Amino acid sequence: MSDAPAIATRALTRRFGGLTAVRDVSIECRMAEVHAVIGPNGAGKSTLVNMLCGDLLPSAGAVELAGVDVTGAPAHRMSRLGVGRSYQKTNVFLPFTALENCRIAAQSRLASSMRFVRPAAANRTVNAAAERALAAAGLEGREGTPVAALSHGEQRQVEIAMVLATGPRVLLLDEPLAGMGAEESARIVTLLRRLARDHAILLVEHDMDAVFAVATRLTVMVDGAVLESGAPEAIRASRAVREAYLGAEETALE
Amino acid sequence: MTRAGVAALVAGVAALALVPLAAEKFYVQFFAKIMIMAVFAMSLDLLLGYAGLVSFGHAAFYGAAGYALALATPQLQAASFWTSLPLAIAASALLALAIGFFVVRTHGIYFIMVTLAFAQMLFFLFYDTKIAGGNDGIYIDVRPVAEIAGWRPFDLDDYRHVYWLALAALVLVYALLRTVLRSPFGRVLAGIRVNEQRMISLGYPTFRYKLVCFVISGAIAGIAGYLGAVQFGVVNPEMMGWHLSAAVMMMVILGGMGTLLGPVLGAATWMLLELALQGLPEAGGVDIGKHWQLLMGLFIVVATLVLPDGLIGLARTLRRPAERHGE
Amino acid sequence: MDLHTFLIQLLNGVQYGLLLFLVASGLTLVFGIMGIINVAHGSFYMIGAYLAWSLTARLGSFWIAVPVAIAITAAVGVLLERVVIRRLYGRDHLYQVLLTYGLILVFEETRSLLWGDDVRGVAVPAPLAGSIPLTETLSYPVYRLFISGVCLAVALLMVWVIQRTRLGMAIRAGSTDRQMVQSLGIDVHALYRVVFAAGVTLAAFAGMVAAPVSAVMPGMGNPVLIVCFVIIVIGGMGSVKGAMLASLLVGLADTLGKVVHLEIGGVRVLPELSSMTVYLVMAVVLLWRPEGIFGRRT
Repeated sequence: MSDAPAIATRALTRRFGGLTAVRDVSIECRMAEVHAVIGPNGAGKSTLVNMLCGDLLPSAGAVELAGVDVTGAPAHRMSRLGVGRSYQKTNVFLPFTALENCRIAAQSRLASSMRFVRPAAANRTVNAAAERALAAAGLEGREGTPVAALSHGEQRQVEIAMVLATGPRVLLLDEPLAGMGAEESARIVTLLRRLARDHAILLVEHDMDAVFAVATRLTVMVDGAVLESGAPEAIRASRAVREAYLGAEETALE
Repeated sequence: MTRAGVAALVAGVAALALVPLAAEKFYVQFFAKIMIMAVFAMSLDLLLGYAGLVSFGHAAFYGAAGYALALATPQLQAASFWTSLPLAIAASALLALAIGFFVVRTHGIYFIMVTLAFAQMLFFLFYDTKIAGGNDGIYIDVRPVAEIAGWRPFDLDDYRHVYWLALAALVLVYALLRTVLRSPFGRVLAGIRVNEQRMISLGYPTFRYKLVCFVISGAIAGIAGYLGAVQFGVVNPEMMGWHLSAAVMMMVILGGMGTLLGPVLGAATWMLLELALQGLPEAGGVDIGKHWQLLMGLFIVVATLVLPDGLIGLARTLRRPAERHGE
Repeated sequence: MDLHTFLIQLLNGVQYGLLLFLVASGLTLVFGIMGIINVAHGSFYMIGAYLAWSLTARLGSFWIAVPVAIAITAAVGVLLERVVIRRLYGRDHLYQVLLTYGLILVFEETRSLLWGDDVRGVAVPAPLAGSIPLTETLSYPVYRLFISGVCLAVALLMVWVIQRTRLGMAIRAGSTDRQMVQSLGIDVHALYRVVFAAGVTLAAFAGMVAAPVSAVMPGMGNPVLIVCFVIIVIGGMGSVKGAMLASLLVGLADTLGKVVHLEIGGVRVLPELSSMTVYLVMAVVLLWRPEGIFGRRT
């Protein structure tokens, strides 16, 4: 059991009426691994992530966490089991400060938040976890700013910081670099490399530079199914993948 | 809250405490009624302004407590204050738990509709059946008695004592809610209001928190309902009716939801407005006072359009140009 | 309860359900297409009934009174939309609920000023005043069959308009995507005005048609509104199909609940607690499908 991947799917399928968005997908992600999932729009990548984190119920197949079947576990339970998910479309608490966003995220790790007397802001453990997460995401100094007043790139950093504040083992990152400039992207890539040491990271991304800079394993999805899966160099060299997806990107990579 | 703010509040409470020593009985009772409504409105603000749950049937919990007192009062005898108050609060809390179990699983417009529907169900239960006097209601022949080993700290037959009890309830409930809102539970509610989906994704079983909030809110409404029944000595199904549910909602919005003090202000404004409109004389052969609800209705329409953030929101907007720093 | 009584109550239940459908469909269409919850919808049921009474007395004929009443109600609906309702678009449902609640008070008091607070009645129009024999001993009022027929006809007309006309296409597009409607070149404001006027007119028409068999009295719109809420919760907001199914279910449950005798554990539950039947049905649906039987899963 200790050899089991941190998170894995077995023949995972999701249908929406007549449309099969995800078909028979079996992938694994191990600790200290950065497994990038790439593919054209509509390939089913986000749906896959939604099923992995519990936001969506699979139509068939299984999700396993460290070898244990957790298929159908709702999102809040998956989070408590150590799966952290960041969103492609920034999904933060806009009226709150950056620190408060992370504080609420960190507070979720208390055995229960059904506490009514002492002020929430007095909990030093939670506060420390929130500050650490913000610093890790590169937002030191921006704690007191309402997130609505932050730049888009900074908001994406809060998005990631919130996930980190919950102290997960598995990170499901849905296009974390979306809309970021070159400098911010580089910062996140460095962060991902550091996080990879003691997390299992499943990364959905379109930014190919970042993907090849950080991924240790690559899966290409097309039309809901896995086209190919393997080491980054093998995928880059694969003709089938080039034809299906990387074709347009060839000039950028060579 | 700033030092000046706290000082103002303390001064306000002190002033309120002196009212029965100076004013006529009618006004003392009227102000007591305002304070009872203020407690009721604060309980709804917890749901509306802090958890983002628009409950259109909140009167059910107000009326339930009143009926609990009436049913617990033996014929021609007084109930004990020390047992009847907890009983009434428990009745409202349990009712909130039962109704909440069904309604908290809905969202948006459905939540509004089902809270109203369940409140109406309760209304009809008491209106149609003989459980508690049907649509006539029941009289509380003798008001509850508060006795500790032969000593009576207060007498609920004295309208001034009822006033001070209402004031004490107002202060205690305010302090209680401020504490709860600052607690970890309160922060979870705030998060649910802003982005419930993300709260779930962060590991919070939001259904549980919303349900607990619903129950707390119902229990506090029960405190108000108990006091309302004590003050008037009679309970009837209108205490659970949707006119009361709509009125208390208006009080919260009018004052400014999500501010706790707003509902207090809103309750006072609403009750004063009601009193003023009901007292209007005849004009052009029409008894305006009798049809005061027409003017109230127009007021609601205009206020909803013009004051979405309530009076407190208006005050903040007016103050903003003069302020350099935010709060 | 014998078979004959059951048959009569069944017919009553269906008739009540079909009547409720007219009111509920108006409410659900307005919400589904415009995103507006109008709690004054029940007031239009009352307005329709009072107009039917007042105009029948003035014009001497129920058959003339109804079209005139429909025209008046539609005009009021258009006016209301232009002056007040359009300010509610896109606003939080809380404000829509409060504002339209204010309208209830305005309508109720205006009715009191115009027509007083007494209970009124409308005579069943002469050609429909008789009864049809069902068996040797029992007969059923013709007018009640007429109500069912009219409601069914209106329902079919509604389905035809929605499925087969350009207006219907705009309605169907509007209920799924409001922005798309504009990009299709349809005048959204005109569409909303038509939908709102049609919605409240449906409620008023139900009131008119039901006037001869029910009491025309103050506050008669409120219980109807509450029942409509229950219907929409059961059937699903925005779904006309759901409104029909739920209306019939509610109509039958409410009517049969009043005549059935049921004891549970020695306690007489029906018909004493008959008014609670529909709420229990709603509670069950909430546990099973909180968004309604045909509601959209969010």
